[in-house]
Amino acid sequence: MREVAVVAFAQSRSLRREPDRNEVEILIPVIQELRKSAGLRTEDIDFICSGSSDYLAGQSFAFVSGLDAVGAWPPVSESHVEMDGAWALYEAWVKIQMGYADVAMVYGFGKPSMGDLPETLALQLDPYLLTPLWPDAISMAALQARLCLERGVVSERAMAEVAVRDRRNAKQNPFAQVTGDFEVEKLLAEPFLVSPLRKHDCSPISDGASAMIIAAGDRARKLAQRPAWIRGFAHICEPQDLGVRDLTRSRSTEIAAHQAGVGRDKVDVAEIYGPFTHQELLVERALGLGSRTQVNPSGGALAANPIMAAGLTRIGEAARRVWDGSADRAVAHATSGPCLQQNLVCVLEGE
Amino acid sequence: MSEPQSETVEILRCPVKLEYLYSAGQSASRFLRAIAQGKLLGQRCPVDGRVYFPTRGSCPQHGVLMSGEPVELPDTGTVVTYSINRVPSENIKLELPYAPIQVLLDGADTVLMHVLGECPIDQVHMGMRVKAVWKPKSEWTTSIGNILYFKPSGEPDAPFEKYKEHI
Repeated sequence: MREVAVVAFAQSRSLRREPDRNEVEILIPVIQELRKSAGLRTEDIDFICSGSSDYLAGQSFAFVSGLDAVGAWPPVSESHVEMDGAWALYEAWVKIQMGYADVAMVYGFGKPSMGDLPETLALQLDPYLLTPLWPDAISMAALQARLCLERGVVSERAMAEVAVRDRRNAKQNPFAQVTGDFEVEKLLAEPFLVSPLRKHDCSPISDGASAMIIAAGDRARKLAQRPAWIRGFAHICEPQDLGVRDLTRSRSTEIAAHQAGVGRDKVDVAEIYGPFTHQELLVERALGLGSRTQVNPSGGALAANPIMAAGLTRIGEAARRVWDGSADRAVAHATSGPCLQQNLVCVLEGE
Repeated sequence: MSEPQSETVEILRCPVKLEYLYSAGQSASRFLRAIAQGKLLGQRCPVDGRVYFPTRGSCPQHGVLMSGEPVELPDTGTVVTYSINRVPSENIKLELPYAPIQVLLDGADTVLMHVLGECPIDQVHMGMRVKAVWKPKSEWTTSIGNILYFKPSGEPDAPFEKYKEHI
């Protein structure tokens, strides 16, 4: 295996609704800041991969316009995944492993405020038997939360505590959208949004983008003082049919965590992409984290959920803590699909 | 066991309807607001000075934000390429055959796709000088459709050298 490290990261501030910028206009300053911080020009980058979804924009091939933010002339080697940027990172990492690139740029972006996100997400379901029923994403998560509560896997209090912790942590995150000090009792007194989920159990809808540079070996050492080395990287997918899955645990996260070697050593920081509070608890458990791990110092997806970028942002936030020395070993997680269908785990370490 | 299926299900109706409130973006919005006033706006790349028409947020070649004031362009230009369309389409209300053209507006470095009018179809050619024909002012909206078509301006043809970089 080639040594590959995260060497630079940039993100936009998440907003409930970007009033007038389109996706490219959100993305350009992010990519400019990224290249500036790494001191790289487009021609220094061997491979570019992006993650986004045309369904969010309601336009076919909307992702192609994202390349306007890159400057793709002379032509560049690039690819796209209709997934979160974390999976674009995986593709770029594989490309470097195969020896086709030494330095790669990855970005993810989404502007879900243009449509109705929970409704749009119904289109990722089985088109014959589920989509005609239009179960929205919050209702699907609520079914899962009910199962978890009835089985005693989580409690409403533990879920509210997750929201309190993430929003409190997010006070230190200038890019976050939902921040502040909240009390568990007061949150639990709030009405249900979709029972058993209350508003604080759900991530906000966020417009935003993030971007990252990874590099191999000595290139990485030149680009960062203390590179965040990717020491484990795996993603696993569960079946599309919710009825054949155990929704009260995240098996795919467990397997990905095992393959990525999460349990081989202590974990200082974990950045988890939990779009709903109970899902964050399920992932925390599946990763096998102990009490010494600081979870979501950025505030996680409950503080800002720029869909298609939020997973990549977890990896960027984890890398940042390796760069500044506050963590020697960090774990980042990304999820995709209904009720934690597909999960990605990335282990980052300092030198 | 039940009887074997006599026929497979081949049709399943699942209407998909999603509504979007689309924003054109800062740059395209500026262009569209201007064309509603009859003005054509381009924008200059800060790296090599080329003028993109219509305005856009970034230079796709250099990946940088367009800077500075937009450049107002005249509604005259040169045909840099064309074709002749004889295929009917529900969405096109022009009489067949008609000529789709690419017009290089005077002062622009990128071409605009439009159609040619008031010109016998066998006379369209590269280098032809053209001028925009606008809808009546009362019908102007935030749309490129405010220009109905381009027509020959009657000027002599532009020499190939003038537009060869833009084809």
